[in-house]
Amino acid sequence: MNTSRLQRFGLAVLAWSITCVIFFPILWMFLTGFKTEAQAIADPTLFFTPTLESYVAVQGRADYFRFAWNSVHVSFGSTLLALIIGIPAAYSMAFLPTRRTKGTLLWMLSTKMLPPVGVLVPIYLIFRDLGMLDTRIGLTVIYTLMNLPIVIWMLYTFFKDLPKDILEAGRMDGASTSQEIFFLLIPLTLPGIASTGLLSIILSWNEAFWSLNLTSSRAAPLTAYIASFSSPEGLFWAKLSAASTMAVAPILIFGWLTQKQMVRGLTFGAVK
Amino acid sequence: MRTRASGRTVGGLRSLSLQAPAVTLLLIWMLIPLGMTLWFSFQRYNLMMPGMEQFAGLENYEYLLTDPALWRAMGTTLLLVGSVLAISVIGGTLLAVLYQQEFLGRGVARVLAISPFFIMPTVSALVWQNMMMHPVNGVLAWLMGLFGLPPVDWFSSFPLLSIIIIVSWQWLPFALLILLTALQSLDDDQVEAARMDGAGPVAVFFFITLPHLKRAISVVIMIQMIFLLTIFAEIHVTTSGGPGLATTNLAYLIYLRALLEFDVGGASAGGVIAIVLANIVAIFLIRMVAKNLED
Repeated sequence: MNTSRLQRFGLAVLAWSITCVIFFPILWMFLTGFKTEAQAIADPTLFFTPTLESYVAVQGRADYFRFAWNSVHVSFGSTLLALIIGIPAAYSMAFLPTRRTKGTLLWMLSTKMLPPVGVLVPIYLIFRDLGMLDTRIGLTVIYTLMNLPIVIWMLYTFFKDLPKDILEAGRMDGASTSQEIFFLLIPLTLPGIASTGLLSIILSWNEAFWSLNLTSSRAAPLTAYIASFSSPEGLFWAKLSAASTMAVAPILIFGWLTQKQMVRGLTFGAVK
Repeated sequence: MRTRASGRTVGGLRSLSLQAPAVTLLLIWMLIPLGMTLWFSFQRYNLMMPGMEQFAGLENYEYLLTDPALWRAMGTTLLLVGSVLAISVIGGTLLAVLYQQEFLGRGVARVLAISPFFIMPTVSALVWQNMMMHPVNGVLAWLMGLFGLPPVDWFSSFPLLSIIIIVSWQWLPFALLILLTALQSLDDDQVEAARMDGAGPVAVFFFITLPHLKRAISVVIMIQMIFLLTIFAEIHVTTSGGPGLATTNLAYLIYLRALLEFDVGGASAGGVIAIVLANIVAIFLIRMVAKNLED
């Protein structure tokens, strides 16, 4: 009995030590954001007088909220578009399957396997010629297409879990396809749609290949703004930490909320 | 009979029209850039010399394949992908088993441990490069100082290892998240029965847990491979591929060719190689997902 209790205690200590090591950089970033620049580079300590001066300075140095707005605009906009295009497609695949449905789903998945760097040159040239470089619209379009396969795939698995008779009953009562989708399907699968949307927002928010290559100043989202701290003359740890904390906080919370359902989208339903 | 047959066609048509926007957009998104990359890869085309474009045959490929930088970048890519995969899959499996045990505050610990996956790559890279790995003021230098060790200038002495550490920190939590989910469907009775028969924890791990996780682990490996093959932001904000070519992977090499040297032809040939490599992995992943769709 005693050894088992001791084992349990040892297990908890081990698990929590590892957790602390993994989470430490995030905690440290959070704490450094409340330090002065001098404290930020001093010997590490957990005890200091917190100040908000870095948060104020971040807004003063470059217009933080403009970058944040670009991130919000691009990630929410692309997610909304992907849901609008994806819901009817996933609906038809789940409830009106044909012989081609499986092939279509797999083909959509395969577009996600295309490495972005393989199409960097053509996308860059198309964007240049259409005047879409450094525009929010351009980035929104890219993110919509980038996330569309995952969104459809995830919605499809949620829709498939819905008992067929419910929609059948609606159809019997003479509901049209759009009524069926709006009044039955969407309300009934709202939690699934919400976690699909959140995953799409997270992926767009954190995307850092297209945002670094296709935007420079006007449409640059937070990933690109944070990257601007990498120049040696622009490097101030407290400000970097304050800006980073603001940039990751909302997404971290979204991630915590949806981690379970997200596995479906991230593994294309292969792990449940 | 007739109504049923016509009902099916109407259903087919309806299903087609509902899928049409998604399918059309994805088709355009895939075919046009892919076709252009392929086309450019056979052209002599530099943005600095407009009007000089001409058909080059296999010249770009020949130039690229005989360039030592390509082989160096391929080696770096393999090393980066292989190391991160090994660390995140082995670490992720062991941690998933650990976090599956009951202990005080397990829920909170799990959430904290998967958090790095949700941090944007530019933030992870800069926080690690500066606040953790800085040779003078970084936390690691301070820690080593406590033990009387000389500080390490991570990014000049071990540039690729530094990138590997940062990328592993981001992807181990991904493996952990997927494998933890997969472990939840493990039958407790089976484990209990094995225990009764006198199997120790190590035997349970190798003969029950690991076989149960087999599929999830291969999914993790394939998905990570596809993303790790084209790691970009972490390299871009920390080393810019240097010193020299020490941290230039295939993705970064293509980027350098395209947007710094404006060599559209050469970059496109590199792009084709990246696409072919990714597809070799993708075929296996898609096969596996397809199998899963059937049951």
